[in-house]
Amino acid sequence: MNWADLNLMPALPEMFLLGALSVILILDLFISDAKRGITYALSLLTLLVCAVTQVSTFEPFATVTLSGMFVDDPLSDIVKVAMYGVTALVLVYTRQYVKDRGLFKGEYFTLTLFALLGMNLMVSASNFVSLYMGLELLSLSLYSLIALQRESGRAIEAAMKYFVLGALASGLLLYGVSMVYGATGSLELAKVAQAIASGSANQTLLVFGLVFIVAGLAFKLGAVPFHMWVPDVYQGSSTAMTLMIGAAPKLAAFVFVIRILVQGLGEMVADWQGMLVILAVLSMAIGNLTAIAQTNLKRMLAYSTISHMGFLLLGLIAGNAEGYSAALFYVIVYVLTSLAGFGILLGLSRAGFECETLDDLKGLNGRNSWYALLMLLALFSMAGIPPLAGFYAKFAVIQAIVNVNLLWLAIVAVLMSLIGAFYYLRAVKVMYFDDVQDHSPITMSGDMKLVLSLNAVALLVLGAMPERLIAMCVEAMKQSLVVL
Amino acid sequence: MDMKSLYLLIALSPLVGSVIAGLFGWAIGRRAAHVVTILGVAVSAVLSIGVLKGFLDGSTQVFNAPVYTWLTVGGFEFSVGFLVDSLTAMMLVVVTSVSLMVHIYTIGYMHEDPGYQRFFSYISLFTFSMLMLVMSNNFIQLFFGWEAVGLVSYLLIGFWFKRPTAIFANLKAFLVNRVGDFGFLLGIGLVLAYFGGSLNYSDVFAAAPALASKTIQIIPGVEWSLLTVTCILLFIGAMGKSAQFPLHVWLPDSMEGPTPISALIHAATMVTAGIFMVSRMSPLFEMSDTALNVVMVAGSITALFMGFLGVVQNDIKRVVAYSTLSQLGYMTVALGASAYSVAMFHVMTHAFFKALLFLGAGSVIMGMHHDQDMRNMGGLRKYMPITWITSLLGSLALIGTPFFSGFYSKDSIILAVEHSNLAASGFAYFAVIAGVFVTAFYSFRMYFLVFHGKERWMENHGSHHAHEGDHDDEEPSDDHHHGLGPNDKPHESPWVVTLPLALLAIPSVLIGFFAIHPLVGGEFFNGVIFTNLEAHPGLEAAMHHAHDAMAMGLHAFVTLPFWLAAAGVALAWFFYMKAPHIPAAIKQKFSGVHTLLENKYYMDELYFAVFAKGSRALGTFFWKVGDMLLIDGLLVNGSARLVGSVSRAVRKLQTGFIYSYAAVMIIGVLVLMTYWFKPLILR
Repeated sequence: MNWADLNLMPALPEMFLLGALSVILILDLFISDAKRGITYALSLLTLLVCAVTQVSTFEPFATVTLSGMFVDDPLSDIVKVAMYGVTALVLVYTRQYVKDRGLFKGEYFTLTLFALLGMNLMVSASNFVSLYMGLELLSLSLYSLIALQRESGRAIEAAMKYFVLGALASGLLLYGVSMVYGATGSLELAKVAQAIASGSANQTLLVFGLVFIVAGLAFKLGAVPFHMWVPDVYQGSSTAMTLMIGAAPKLAAFVFVIRILVQGLGEMVADWQGMLVILAVLSMAIGNLTAIAQTNLKRMLAYSTISHMGFLLLGLIAGNAEGYSAALFYVIVYVLTSLAGFGILLGLSRAGFECETLDDLKGLNGRNSWYALLMLLALFSMAGIPPLAGFYAKFAVIQAIVNVNLLWLAIVAVLMSLIGAFYYLRAVKVMYFDDVQDHSPITMSGDMKLVLSLNAVALLVLGAMPERLIAMCVEAMKQSLVVL
Repeated sequence: MDMKSLYLLIALSPLVGSVIAGLFGWAIGRRAAHVVTILGVAVSAVLSIGVLKGFLDGSTQVFNAPVYTWLTVGGFEFSVGFLVDSLTAMMLVVVTSVSLMVHIYTIGYMHEDPGYQRFFSYISLFTFSMLMLVMSNNFIQLFFGWEAVGLVSYLLIGFWFKRPTAIFANLKAFLVNRVGDFGFLLGIGLVLAYFGGSLNYSDVFAAAPALASKTIQIIPGVEWSLLTVTCILLFIGAMGKSAQFPLHVWLPDSMEGPTPISALIHAATMVTAGIFMVSRMSPLFEMSDTALNVVMVAGSITALFMGFLGVVQNDIKRVVAYSTLSQLGYMTVALGASAYSVAMFHVMTHAFFKALLFLGAGSVIMGMHHDQDMRNMGGLRKYMPITWITSLLGSLALIGTPFFSGFYSKDSIILAVEHSNLAASGFAYFAVIAGVFVTAFYSFRMYFLVFHGKERWMENHGSHHAHEGDHDDEEPSDDHHHGLGPNDKPHESPWVVTLPLALLAIPSVLIGFFAIHPLVGGEFFNGVIFTNLEAHPGLEAAMHHAHDAMAMGLHAFVTLPFWLAAAGVALAWFFYMKAPHIPAAIKQKFSGVHTLLENKYYMDELYFAVFAKGSRALGTFFWKVGDMLLIDGLLVNGSARLVGSVSRAVRKLQTGFIYSYAAVMIIGVLVLMTYWFKPLILR
């Protein structure tokens, strides 16, 4: 290895994150519980510095470094910045909640940052090994985060389920990767793509491997039929961890899929497209239909996530720049929306009380009309009602598949989102038209109230003026993916 | 002021009055409401008279131009446009002047009504709609005006919306007019489809001659002349609006509305819209003898058989209503005889004397404290002298007394029919001649019963609650309808009521004499109304006589119609003044005929049994099977149930056991694999 060629600049934010993380890990040992706020502040500061570094080192092209292990391109930049922001929001939203439950500890922050590091790696990896490393770093951190609430049987159960099934999925993914390696003789995405394009790879082996890889990826996204963990883990975990799992990891998983399917196995688009169609249709159908039968909000939102992942897959199915950028826009909007939704649930919970069933929302408008309005915005955006951002997200992906003549799929998608509208609207109805049952006051810290309001209003603003973000997504995709 | 602004002002000033009275009536009060609406209509009336004068002395040219383009759809332009020619000018004057009289009259008639401002708003709105109808230069605007006057008519028939009979009547008018409008709309559709793709009159008329022999297939295999089908469909619209048999049933019931609107809408103006429309379309109708025969037959039946019904009515307004039906029949017969100018002439004279008769009847009703039964009246002559004399003049005009306005128009019609060469003209001639006698009989029956003879309210009061036969005319439980007590004396109506009567009596008497020469004999309608005199010579005879009004009047004394009318009057006098037991005896003897007439030939019952019941049965069928079973049951609730059960089923799969989750994942992989692997292995 020639050290002079080693370019560490593209990985600067990750290296800073690792360094800061180690400092916080050590420092936290010397901080008493009462001063844990310092750890909290340091974590937020770390995120801020990461984001600033990321933006200041932005270049509108891809740079591969670390012997083809790591890539820094506009796609990874935009997603990483989003993940820093999302993680910061999660920390703000969950602070009071974890305090109330005795989870406001150093481990909470360090594990979160470790998960973020794993996600960064997933987003920036250009080799199956580094991809897998990132994935495992994220997964292990999430398992531990869920299990952090160790007195709760439900949380432990959720962590175990997630862990066992996640291990199975990782196994499937690794098996598939090994097949691809066997067929192409390389683990580096660019070289894999080259080998397939040149026709030297064994097609049978490749398709065999692809099936397993798609299965592994589908598990990470939570697409049907690899979705069974989602409702149990969402419901079993404390709401803070649910938010952690449901937010930034979706962004990372999306780029992860893009890296493997588009950059690595882009030549096999015809094969994986068909598989994704099955996954997408099943996800939209099962997700929406099952959500209707749920009375637990967290479980309902879990099924809603499954259906949203189905919509996300639509963009990938389109198989062109328009579809990928629509999907990127979709996932960003989705994460913002679910942050707002879960944020309200966190805000409505308090020590000894979990806001997690439909009944807990009853008459929210009577208790606090502002929070009810914010929740309404989040729910409407999830349902895809104009003019909220969720509408444009759905519109963009559906337009992408209509443009590649998959009209029937578009019709299925519209029908399913129609069915889905039912349970979102039911929650709205409960908030606005049912009588108040719980008269206890809602206490939310000022910073959380402000951030949450901005978060929900952003959905409205993004819905009214989506052009900028869409244009950014399109640019990022075009500059990052050589195949386009 | 240029002509466009002038015409806009004529059309819009009643609308302004209507909007002010309608939307702000609660704020500005009763007085301001009638002032503003009367002012609006008066402006229109004065300007209209100016326009008509311009056309009479030749200083005004035909105006035909778009005013505002509403929308353009695939090459079709829908616009608001005015066509003002001599025909329009005449209608403008008739509409605005009668409307103005009615506005003034309403001040007295609706004096006590709580819906005072609303009423003024409606009648001004009606005036606006009617003006837009007659000023239109295209079919779309014509249709909109057509529907707008229908709407206001509906609103006004149901003005006293707490009376069940009024609601029944306005619904009936609405539904019957739907039938006519359906035909009208289909006719307009054919015009749009075949006549050069334009809805402007001038374009359509220009395209028509080329289509003379064009045929279309409505039922496969049967070729029909396009022009005949178009004209008959358009005429179906006219039948609805102008209450021609068999779509006449709504007009008698429309008398549920207040009397001023019976005069304005259901006698003078709106019901003549059909006549106006056919005259406007004369270039089309002239090309189809079949259509003209249809028109003539419908008119003849209406003219004669509706007149019979007038003989047995006891409600004063209904007598006038049936006479209106009959007179509309006369106008339609004239249309059938291609004497469009004569029909329009009769429209004008009829508008004045019929409005007069209705307003006179209204005055009588006021005098009788809202009792409308003629059997309770009698001898009103000395209590209501102005009402009496004006009503007498109106009746004389109606029956066609020489030198009165009705004489000139009705005699012209009879002349035109006599000389018509259409197949239906024989029957039509009989109908109009017999109609003269019938008209005279029922008009003077009413006149004698109301104004002469014994003062029956003194003896007869109280029994009118149970009058036989008037089953759909039950006494409404409205405080307007209390009638006159035995010791009360009727008194003459206030000047706001009698002034319009006097003002209307003048044209009722005189206008025929002065107008017949230009309208029928002269050049007034040249280039506007088109009559093919070679093919349809009926008009020629009328034109010939029209040159000398004085001679025509004198000549009348030796013709059959005059003596028939005189006989009718004499018989009415004999029956109701001298020997009142004779009508009663006739009624006994010919009870079958009487019952048939009382029940209006059972047309209502027939329509009710066939169409109303039938469509309700159809509606119930669609409701039960279509809505309840298919849409609600299967589609809406069915899909909801399906979603629910799928939802529950899928929920069961979520067992909570980790091994079943893992199993599902493995199955998923296997499914994906078999699908994508099969072709590879088989290869």
